[in-house]
Amino acid sequence: MSEIKKFLYVNRKAPYGTIYALESLEVVLIGAAFEQDVSLAFLDDGVFQLTKGQNTDGIGIKNFSPTFRALGDFEVTKLFVEKESLEERGLTADDLQEIVYEDEDDDWEEKPSIKLVSRAEMADVMADQDVVLSF
Amino acid sequence: MSTLHTVNKSPFSTQSLLSCLNHCKDGDAVLMIEDGVYGALANSGMSDQVKAKAGNVSIYVMTPDADARGLANDKLLGEVSGVDYAGFVNLVTKHDRTQNWL
Repeated sequence: MSEIKKFLYVNRKAPYGTIYALESLEVVLIGAAFEQDVSLAFLDDGVFQLTKGQNTDGIGIKNFSPTFRALGDFEVTKLFVEKESLEERGLTADDLQEIVYEDEDDDWEEKPSIKLVSRAEMADVMADQDVVLSF
Repeated sequence: MSTLHTVNKSPFSTQSLLSCLNHCKDGDAVLMIEDGVYGALANSGMSDQVKAKAGNVSIYVMTPDADARGLANDKLLGEVSGVDYAGFVNLVTKHDRTQNWL
């Protein structure tokens, strides 16, 4: 078996104005099959991807926000969200969907996947990767 | 361990350069390519932020992209070094990872 690498998917775009956000999620799901150490980063307008209450009925585009809640089943359990990006947009953690995973090392206890980090901590997360894929 | 960051959008139309500079670590490099080269302009609204980082982070501009846009050397910040395509490849090999700020 090949060596496990650390992959970071960086999300910096809002969900429906461009195709970047949906494409990122598709690549994450495909990539999950390769059993690497996967993290997702949400900063700048990327934090809008995780907000509650999205309803795309009126714009003819699939609402893909519920798909983030399925990531835990693919062992994608680290979603880093930048606090400064939330604050700049008048958002708090309460405006985001609840996303959880079941921790197999802890009797399948449900734990939050979203981890709020400062800008400096986000820079540390980025510097700690083998591969960074940007969307 | 260090990162090469590339920026390919004008800092006057997106926050990509600003966000890149805000997430750089000492020893990293930033390479401005395509419309990103406008970030290397002297006397612009972004100049101070680029200059402030230039001590700890190496800043490069893709010379063919700057030339194409009529940005002669005397219009660019002195803190910014020009590279050609071979120089781009050297930067990629010199750093542990490349991160593109789209």
